[in-house]
Amino acid sequence: MFLKKQLPLLVAMFMGTMMIIQFFIPHPFSKNVYSTILDWLMIVTAFTLLIAVQSTVQMHITKIRRKVTDWQSSVIVLTALGITVFVGILGGAYAPTNILMKIFPNVQPGSDTPLMYLYIYFQTPMQATIFSLLAFYMASAAFRAFRARSFDATMLLITASIVTIGRVPIGQFFYANMPEVVEWILNYPSMAAQRGILIGVNLGMIATSLKIILGIERGYLGGGK
Amino acid sequence: MMKIINYLDHIDKRWIYLVLAIAVIFPFLFPIGCPMKITPPVSNMYNYINDSIPEGGVMLVSVDYDPSTMAELHPMGKALITHCFSKNIRVFLMGLYPPGVGLAQDMISNTLEEWNKSNPDNIKILGNDISLFAFVPGVSVVILKMGEDIRGTFNTDAYGNDLDSLPIMAGVNTYNDIDYMVDLAGSSVILSWIIYANGRYNQKMGIGTTAVSMAEYYAYLNSGQANGMLGGLKGAAEYEALLIKNNVSQDRNQASIGMDAQSSGHLTYIIFIIVGNIIYFIKRKKEK
Repeated sequence: MFLKKQLPLLVAMFMGTMMIIQFFIPHPFSKNVYSTILDWLMIVTAFTLLIAVQSTVQMHITKIRRKVTDWQSSVIVLTALGITVFVGILGGAYAPTNILMKIFPNVQPGSDTPLMYLYIYFQTPMQATIFSLLAFYMASAAFRAFRARSFDATMLLITASIVTIGRVPIGQFFYANMPEVVEWILNYPSMAAQRGILIGVNLGMIATSLKIILGIERGYLGGGK
Repeated sequence: MMKIINYLDHIDKRWIYLVLAIAVIFPFLFPIGCPMKITPPVSNMYNYINDSIPEGGVMLVSVDYDPSTMAELHPMGKALITHCFSKNIRVFLMGLYPPGVGLAQDMISNTLEEWNKSNPDNIKILGNDISLFAFVPGVSVVILKMGEDIRGTFNTDAYGNDLDSLPIMAGVNTYNDIDYMVDLAGSSVILSWIIYANGRYNQKMGIGTTAVSMAEYYAYLNSGQANGMLGGLKGAAEYEALLIKNNVSQDRNQASIGMDAQSSGHLTYIIFIIVGNIIYFIKRKKEK
């Protein structure tokens, strides 16, 4: 119980308090402590990437074992993951490895790696294509759902239409000062609302941080109740 | 009349997709070449890089996006690098996420090739004039650590070369040695740069973001935490227009060409909204 609950709470409290105090002490010792903790954090983050890979693999293996709907997609995910890891380790990420240059003598130190080839010619077009589909859904929504049903909806519709047309050069054909109108909308009414949201969010973040440091907020420990 | 209204109201959405596709593809085949006004957030960034960074100065570009938003953000990076090359400013690229480092590598290959082809008297070399830091996990932690020790944060460039061995690294140790940085991202990682690099280490910075995210960052422009912003493809196209105006580039580039398609696409959206609302009001009147 102590190791699972009290100890993490004490560590969070100690580290949180120490980092706040450290911020106000410009002594070399304090700076060294700060720098060392940043190094630790980077190492810990690197391990979280491994956990992410382990979790992905485990989830897809479970799907394949249970033959859930579209389990074939999981096979594709795991195969793609395996190939990418293999190609990356064997061929290098941004510069070709010595092994690759030995296997393929025409590969030079400045050549592109197979991993970059996979990234630029497979992942990039696939991801860009999926995102570009959004433009078509938006067109359908513009035609079917974006209706002036109430005063609020009308205001939103008018403002959005002005910004939509004013953020492209063709807007100037309709009204020469359209870019200035859009800048005004973004600089005043939109920014006023954004500021209100930002202040609220940041106050919430400060409150949550204090609650974690003081041990009131314990959700990050996991374990449900 | 009501027959047409009813037909349009229940039109198969594939017709809508087709109209949009034609509207977007057409300008690529027959360019319109719309004139473009330069907005203050873009001209501020351009003028700062042009006038305030000395020759041999250092600029950092963080490529924190993935292929889903590269249509908007990639041209920004290329335009910024081209501008830096023309002013003989050293450029460092980095990525806080692995996809960004891959895209930064692509950006370097393209810009180096294009620049060296059109400027044989001012050849730029990887490691001397431009470099890509190795990927280090940690996001905010990496930003903070760079404020203490850049060499200790990355150790090597993305190609495995020791940073100490690179000529481009001469005199570059912390944010104090970086004249300007621009974060290119379509996510809230920009806030991390503003909070940690600018807030804690006073790093002078600009923002390059997607059109849909730019409204979020006007507050930081207004407060002076960022001095310039490239918003969406239009921001990139405006920057390219400034490069052409100042004889840094000769031809219209990716963003400027894409603006015609985006103009046509946006106009199509507006027509859809108007037609959709006309149908809605006619039907509502009829129902009453």
